[in-house]
Amino acid sequence: MKNMKPVWRGLLLLLIGGVIGFAVGLGLDALVAGRLDFTAPLAGLFTLLGSVTAFFFGLVGYRGVTRGLVWQIIGTLVGGFFVTAIRALMGLPTFGGFFFTEPAWVFGGLVGALSFVAGVGAVTDWFKWAKGEETSDHHEDAPGWQKYFGVSLDHKVIGIQYTLTAIAVMGFGGIFALIFRTELASSQLQFLTTTFRAFDQNGLQLYNTLMSLHGMLMIVSILLGIAGVMNYLVPLLLGAQDMAFPRLNAFSFWIAVPAAVLLLSALFLGGFDTGWTGYPPLSTRSPVGIQMFFLGVFVAGWSSTLGALNLLATVVRMRAKGMTAFRMPIFVWAAIATSLISLTATQLIGLSFQLVMFQRLLDMGFFDAARGGNPVLFQHLFWFYSHPAVYVFVLPGLGVISELLPVFVRKPLFGYRWVAMSSLGIALVGFLVWAHHMFTSGMNESLRVPFMYSTLLVAVPTGVKFFSWVATLWKGKIDTPTPMLFVLGGIIVFLLGGLTGPPNATVSTDLHLHDTYFIVGHFHDTMFGGYIFPFFAALYYWFPKATGRRMSEKLGKLHFWMMTPSFLVLTLAMMRVGLLGMRRRIADYDAALGFDLSHLIMTIAAYLIFISVVILPYKIIHSMKHGEKAENNLWNSRSPEWQVPSPMPVHNYDRAFEVVGEPYDYGLPGSKYVEFVKNKANK
Amino acid sequence: MRHFVIVAILVLVMAALTYIGLDAAGLMPVEASAQAASVDWLWNLEVIAISFLFALIIVPVFYSLIVFRRRKGETGDGEHIEGNTPLEITWTVIPLFIVLGFAYLGAYSLGETRRVDPQAMEIKVTAQQFAWTFEYPDYGVVSKELYLPEGKQVILKMQSRDVIHSFWVPEFRIKQDIVPGRTTEYRITPTLVGGYKVRCAELCGASHAYMQADIQVVSQADFDTWMAARQEEALAAANTPEGRGEALVAQNGCLGCHSIDGSANQGPTWLGLFGSQVQLSDGSVVTADEAFITESILKPQAKIVAGFETVQMPVYEFSEEQLADIIAYLSTLK
Repeated sequence: MKNMKPVWRGLLLLLIGGVIGFAVGLGLDALVAGRLDFTAPLAGLFTLLGSVTAFFFGLVGYRGVTRGLVWQIIGTLVGGFFVTAIRALMGLPTFGGFFFTEPAWVFGGLVGALSFVAGVGAVTDWFKWAKGEETSDHHEDAPGWQKYFGVSLDHKVIGIQYTLTAIAVMGFGGIFALIFRTELASSQLQFLTTTFRAFDQNGLQLYNTLMSLHGMLMIVSILLGIAGVMNYLVPLLLGAQDMAFPRLNAFSFWIAVPAAVLLLSALFLGGFDTGWTGYPPLSTRSPVGIQMFFLGVFVAGWSSTLGALNLLATVVRMRAKGMTAFRMPIFVWAAIATSLISLTATQLIGLSFQLVMFQRLLDMGFFDAARGGNPVLFQHLFWFYSHPAVYVFVLPGLGVISELLPVFVRKPLFGYRWVAMSSLGIALVGFLVWAHHMFTSGMNESLRVPFMYSTLLVAVPTGVKFFSWVATLWKGKIDTPTPMLFVLGGIIVFLLGGLTGPPNATVSTDLHLHDTYFIVGHFHDTMFGGYIFPFFAALYYWFPKATGRRMSEKLGKLHFWMMTPSFLVLTLAMMRVGLLGMRRRIADYDAALGFDLSHLIMTIAAYLIFISVVILPYKIIHSMKHGEKAENNLWNSRSPEWQVPSPMPVHNYDRAFEVVGEPYDYGLPGSKYVEFVKNKANK
Repeated sequence: MRHFVIVAILVLVMAALTYIGLDAAGLMPVEASAQAASVDWLWNLEVIAISFLFALIIVPVFYSLIVFRRRKGETGDGEHIEGNTPLEITWTVIPLFIVLGFAYLGAYSLGETRRVDPQAMEIKVTAQQFAWTFEYPDYGVVSKELYLPEGKQVILKMQSRDVIHSFWVPEFRIKQDIVPGRTTEYRITPTLVGGYKVRCAELCGASHAYMQADIQVVSQADFDTWMAARQEEALAAANTPEGRGEALVAQNGCLGCHSIDGSANQGPTWLGLFGSQVQLSDGSVVTADEAFITESILKPQAKIVAGFETVQMPVYEFSEEQLADIIAYLSTLK
């Protein structure tokens, strides 16, 4: 096995690890249940954990992420047995239908997540400092690709780690979507029937679990994706050597990995049927899976909050000489706006989920009407984060659009200051609009009109962005390689998402649209236009910076032309059936509604999107080795990171630079944005 | 200047074509209530605005992509235009007034849907996983179907037994959540005779998709006839145990999970259940007699029927006489 390629070794071990995991899970379950149950939830969970851990073991050996996962599994079991032992001493039931009881799973899950970061080595330096030991400022990373599977303090490595994890999580979310999209292809239940059984759920319950996990996994994937792009880019754009707090940066990334594992484990522990919103009282009645979901989101929230803190500190403290506020690259403005929201709002979703966890674990009646609690309170707390969160998802993407347009149009960004301020405007107004998700909820009626006004105001700064982009395109010299295609696709798709927003903001029309497929179509347009398209644009644009090679234009264009029309068909069909009466979050619909053909078309479109995106991992791996070499300023950009050879050196710029002009003065002969100082940088 | 004129003309043409296309596509279901009319009025204004704004962005984007594209062999940059402050102020202020205008219209349209008729007939609606029950307090009638007289406002006072549900009839447009622990109101004035369906619009659990009930909007005369027949039925049923049992089953929404025609649902079917041999999840077999059914109603988790391990039936409380009535009703389902 020593001579095998690491990937093949990993895949072989994936199978072996899966079998071992299945056997261990089965054995543990049999110890408690007293009989072999091949469909035991624990066997499923351990199959997943065993195969993933073994895959990484084959790939990089017992280090980094492998050790983290092993520690997480052990930590979960230790935490679980600890609570079980206390319960035994107190005379409470010790084991339940999912092996551990619910409190044992929650505590075990938390211990497991913390064990992961300890195991992977993300807190080692802090422990050394606490003991009074010195550590070096920089760690030497392992050579080649192996450095991506262990703790690194280099923001570029962390950025790529975030991005790869985002793509992996997106894969799970996408596959889950395809499963339930297939079930929806025609009316009646085809395979997720009431007699279907998997992971202790019948078909309808599994449908709800997959639908709910699709939502939250995609959200986590987006948060990881924007963190990846921001981590990689912002220090380069600022001329900084790294982020302000490199160890906190590594911690922020690595804590997100056990969070993703916790989320996935919900699938095996009975699932949950609440949607990603987790509204009580439904969420107080769901199986133990909902607790793993709450805990996963709670832990992922730490990643988001700490990452935002780090980014803001970096922008405030580490800009190159001469980089005043309005000479920063426009993407940095978007990153600031996004981070302000993440830093101050994420706590509210953590809090709202924590309150339901406590209601279930400790019988506190926060949202139980029978004991004076209030189910609508949860919705206020939840949306106070979860609405601004959609601006967290799209602002960096809109920043990418504003950043790349001038390069391919060869013209300055039209109204730079207005575009920069519109990001902050969206972020600030975004805090005042959350209750538009609750127009039908039965909240105080007098709240509906004020929230309608505030919500519609968001259209103003968003409009400024659109008009400025159009004016940027006007009289340019427009070139359309793959990244630019995705930028243009993003503008058009986000336009559809933006224009279908106001009808949801005006109360009376929302009374019809709320909780229908119209909303599903609307927000998939905003998410794809504001995140997915710009994310792919960024990937194609900065891939040469990270690797020194470019991705194939042919495959890139195939990706774009396959995904964009399919996606437009998908969301327009969603909106159409939604208006006509298709509710969201249903496994089946009445054939009498006549939606069968529309749903079949949507399902085919979804498969085309999936196939177009699946080319991506292949392209990444293939281009890293065989892509066309691109070591210079491939796109002829003025931005500082393109003024040095690719790939970027380990500690970024060898010589410091000074900002001597405007960032986007394309078409002004002799102008420069940055100038490198003569002597070696004094860092 | 030539560019601006061409684009302006194209924007107007495109806006008109978009609106005509959307209008011809028939975006909304049939309009069957007075409230729907004011929703559709605002919706139509919004479709006009959407068509115009869509054209306003999409036309210059594609025009630029074609006219200002980089031709083969061209290397230079575009025109050095950094911005235009009066223009930026224009496209900030005009949209600001447009959205404020729409917010005003939205409030007006909301007010129209909330118009109160003090004569409105009251109907009590009970929502639960996964069934609707309608009670007409003025007539003492409980029904699984909602009959509404045409042209008369009704007020639904809605309560939930378990989780959050939402009352939505697409043809009526309006939607209102039903929250445990409180009563929410839904005012509607049906204007079009016909059959509709109320479907739960807030995810409420595994069988959420199937939580629906029939609605019949009928003339006042037909409504009175129907109501008289229901009242007679209710009187007759109250005199027999199985009749009282059937009414209890309807009031408690049992049929949301248990079918009476043998079809699959969240709970075991009741067709032919009484007196049959039932396989339990632990492998044993019991006879579905009075004792078993009583236990299954009062302590649903005590014995679980094979195949229903993942479903949690709520606990119900009934008096002994009520239980006997329900069992009498079950024994008629053969």
